[in-house]
Amino acid sequence: MEFLTLLSFGPGGWGDEIARGALLTVELALSTLPFGLALGLLVALGKDAPSPIARAAANLFTTVFRGLPELLTLFIVYYGGQMLLTRLAGYVSPGATVEVNQFLAGVLALGLVLAAFSSEVFYAALKAVPRGQKEAAFALGLPKWQAFRFVVFPQLWRVALPGLSNNWMVLMKDTSLVSVIAINDLMRQTAIAVGVTKQPFFFYLVACLIYLAFSILSSLVLTRAEARASRGLKRAGAK
Amino acid sequence: MLDALLTPIGQGFLALMGFVGLNADLMDRYGLRFLQGVGVTLELVGLSMLFGALLALPLAIARVSGGKITSRLAFGYSYFFRGTPLLAQTFLVYYGAGQFREFFTDIGLWWFFRDAFNCAVFTFTLNTAAYQAEILRGGIESLPVGQSEGGKSLGLSPYQVYRTVILPQAYAIGLRPLGNEVVLMIKSSAIASVVTVYDLMGVTRLAFSRSYDMEVYLWAAVLYLLMVEIVRRVWDVLERRLNRHVALSH
Repeated sequence: MEFLTLLSFGPGGWGDEIARGALLTVELALSTLPFGLALGLLVALGKDAPSPIARAAANLFTTVFRGLPELLTLFIVYYGGQMLLTRLAGYVSPGATVEVNQFLAGVLALGLVLAAFSSEVFYAALKAVPRGQKEAAFALGLPKWQAFRFVVFPQLWRVALPGLSNNWMVLMKDTSLVSVIAINDLMRQTAIAVGVTKQPFFFYLVACLIYLAFSILSSLVLTRAEARASRGLKRAGAK
Repeated sequence: MLDALLTPIGQGFLALMGFVGLNADLMDRYGLRFLQGVGVTLELVGLSMLFGALLALPLAIARVSGGKITSRLAFGYSYFFRGTPLLAQTFLVYYGAGQFREFFTDIGLWWFFRDAFNCAVFTFTLNTAAYQAEILRGGIESLPVGQSEGGKSLGLSPYQVYRTVILPQAYAIGLRPLGNEVVLMIKSSAIASVVTVYDLMGVTRLAFSRSYDMEVYLWAAVLYLLMVEIVRRVWDVLERRLNRHVALSH
């Protein structure tokens, strides 16, 4: 009973604070997703590019951001960004300091990591689409962009989706790291609640269960998305 | 004697660092601590992987051959530790243990949970055990039924079937993902720095908070990449050697 009061919404309980944190965690993950995936696709195309420089750059990007601890990437982006911008601002008006928005730094850092991991998934999927598909699209007179958008991409998406689902799950858990640079996400709100109530075990367990609920919810949605992405394939099968 | 030998090497190294444009002062002050940090990180990862492997074995077997209840429990365990962030798990153990201080003192375990390093190893062990159990389970389940049937028909006990027939093959299949798990653990171990462990990340944060020089983050990046790259190379060799009887596609 005492624990239910701790979780109640309103001035006596921490329910509303934690819910706000959870919402921010979801916002952070959802904002990172399009940026990370777009960059990941770009890096994958770079790995497949005819230019050796583009290939080397794409591979270097993957090696670095897959190999670095996410926490370190976050610090480099946050503090490094702050110092770089402060220096740049110094040229315009000497003595000026720049505060980097934490949320933006979080999105950027998590996005770089997501891009590195998803580029591997996209690259493998790209290889799984037969060359003939692209050639056929060109033969039909489709311009390059349309050939990618309407012919290659839908097939690539189907193959890539299970891997990307995995990346999404990892991303959601990685968002907890941003609490370290003082974003009021689920993890940090929980820490604040712990600081006041001195009930670390209960509150961190609640936080874990909320993350777990996000994972379960995501896997339900993603299973449906995977079924939808391969709907064209089932029709072609001999069922 | 050793000092007389090492000092000029160290000074030569620092001079070289200064020459290529790095901050030699900073390296003089924090270089050794960084190496110690690498040691702590390796210790964290090594201990967690080892204890995790010991725990993963019964978990995987429980999932494959356990009864309804044991296999469900093992599944729940894996699901919880794979579905929640390691940071939250670490806080749960580290701060949670403090809340039950009297209980741990009574059962004589407080000395263990008092130390942040121990808490980190404990949490990482529970975490990696969940992942390793899934890898091992995948390996076991991908073996044809004929393997265990063959073992049984030779009169081997269930224990012997596992020990001599199933597990060696399951580990060979799981070798690559286990290597990935080592890499993931090296990266995740940076989380220990948040609960005051001076691993490589912890030392880096300390050096940065005192010097405000971004260069320390670059050293850390290089050291982490180096560790990850070495593990990858070693695993390539291991895989070629241990799976040399299997025709690899590449």
